[in-house]
Amino acid sequence: MKMFDFIRPASIDEAIAAWRPGAAWLGGGTNLVDLMKTGAAQPDRLIDLGRLPGLDRIETGAEGATRIGARVGNADLARDADFARRFPMVAEALLSGASGQLRNAATVAGNLMQRTRCPYFQNPETACNKRRPGTGCDARGGVGDNYAVLGWSDDCIATHPSDFCVPLAALDAVVEVIGPNGAREIAFADFHHLPGTTPDRETALEPGELILALRLPAAAAEFAGHARYLKLRDRTSFAFATVSAAAALKIEGGIITGARLALGAVAAKPWRAAEAEALLTGHAPDAALFDRAAEAALSDAVPAHDNAWKIPIARRVAARALALAARGTPARMPALPASVFAAEEPAHV
Amino acid sequence: MSLSISFTVNGTRRDLTIDDPRVTLLDLLRERLGLPGTKKGCDRGQCGACTVLVNGRRINSCLTLAATLDGARITTIEGLAQGDALHPVQTAFIENDGFQCGYCTPGQIMSAVGLIAEASAGEDLERIREGMSGNLCRCAAYHGITRAVQQATRRMAEAEQEGTA
Ligand SMILES: Cc1cc2nc3c(=O)[nH]c(=O)nc-3n(C[C@H](O)[C@H](O)[C@H](O)COP(=O)(O)OP(=O)(O)OC[C@H]3O[C@@H](n4cnc5c(N)ncnc54)[C@H](O)[C@@H]3O)c2cc1C
Ligand code: SF4
Ligand code: FES
Ligand code: FES
Repeated sequence: MKMFDFIRPASIDEAIAAWRPGAAWLGGGTNLVDLMKTGAAQPDRLIDLGRLPGLDRIETGAEGATRIGARVGNADLARDADFARRFPMVAEALLSGASGQLRNAATVAGNLMQRTRCPYFQNPETACNKRRPGTGCDARGGVGDNYAVLGWSDDCIATHPSDFCVPLAALDAVVEVIGPNGAREIAFADFHHLPGTTPDRETALEPGELILALRLPAAAAEFAGHARYLKLRDRTSFAFATVSAAAALKIEGGIITGARLALGAVAAKPWRAAEAEALLTGHAPDAALFDRAAEAALSDAVPAHDNAWKIPIARRVAARALALAARGTPARMPALPASVFAAEEPAHV
Repeated sequence: MSLSISFTVNGTRRDLTIDDPRVTLLDLLRERLGLPGTKKGCDRGQCGACTVLVNGRRINSCLTLAATLDGARITTIEGLAQGDALHPVQTAFIENDGFQCGYCTPGQIMSAVGLIAEASAGEDLERIREGMSGNLCRCAAYHGITRAVQQATRRMAEAEQEGTA
């Protein structure tokens, strides 16, 4: 591991002042320390956010929006009873990610900023446009099965691995950031970038900017009664998604009056399926409708690799997530969160 | 660059100077503090062999930089037994054949102690398996491990009830 200096600022101002090119913010370290060990990340300064005051709170304001501090633990957020009741598919996504130990250490901002699991990206010996712009992409023609089917480019075919980010995209979260030029907000849809010709520019964060919090609008809680996260993976637990979907419905008088759908592990960002949402709205929930919506969600999909199989699987995961959401949010978190093997739990209402 | 940190390990206060900020909690415990009970499997967060408690919560010590732990309370496998009296989770692993080679066992036991404190699985075998999925066992002693966690959960709840009755 490359040597670095270690800074422990006590305030946000001190943290911003400590940043310089080559520095990295340290959250729980579960992704960054791993990549520093392989050599894929080589910061020369780590700025530990562990002492910054106020970043570990979950607050609901007067208008009902919920603000989650950047350093709230993934496990703490998922287990917050009020949060899980209002945003059940976010809690389910969090609990389907990583392991009990990792969720305790991982922070919400770190989860947003985690890097791709592309095996070539993680190995500094290979050509990778994301890690070293202009060197090429060894994943193309290489091995691996976690590549994109949507939004990829000739320069990079990697996917974003987060579970948490998928329901956040569906629910129109907002990211609050601060930097040398002051504070600003970024809509979740604009936060993660598609690769284009600059796969190294992964997010809308400018150099030296720090995430302070995430916000879920009050309207996001209106989906609480019919919201599910479904995650297909190589083993039942402790594995990254092969394909996942966050599906949420508002159903009034037997008619869908609002729909949200986002897919995970299919692109370099969580993939919001706006056409599918439009197609669902105004109709009675049924299997044929969900199939049509899933079809629409994947209509632009093109395999980037030897992964044409992913497209029909993504369709089925999307349709099934919609069907599960229509059935109603379970009263209790399933024993196997987001698993296709989860036993059916009695619905909420 | 050296950093001064102090934390407690198994109840004993340690004041340390860290000369190299790259050291993980796992390497610090094993190489410097003479506590080799915590094991290194993958060194990448993927196996759970290095699980310890930090402020009562289970984490992977291989991905935790020691420099971040100023003021923390750390518990390792060496700190569970009270003298000759084993911790209920340790007893349950023995009684339920929760191991074969034993390499993953300290991590399994620390993870189980953390899981029981989280109180999210109870005695439900499926929830226990899910809650313990961050700990791999190359010998596949999973059946015994799951039963051990279930038994320890029950016994600890009973002991607590007797304590408060
Ligand atoms: C074995 C394993 C399995 C996993 N499985 C899953 C899974 O199934 N699903 C899933 O979603 N995730 C999974 N993860 C990833 C895990 O969720 C992430 O590692 C974790 O969320 C990162 O959070 P952290 O706080 O540890 O981030 P760190 O490792 O500390 O940081 C990650 C990145 O975020 C940046 N950063 C941190 N905080 C801020 C901030 N406030 N502002 C700006 N930038 C910041 C850092 O500079 C760094 O670039 C897994 C990880 C491992 C090791
Ligand atoms: S797919 Fe992207 S991350 Fe993977 S090697 Fe190619 S450029 Fe790098
Ligand atoms: S050694 Fe830490 S998880 Fe494997
Ligand atoms: S007992 Fe051998 S690895 Fe678990």
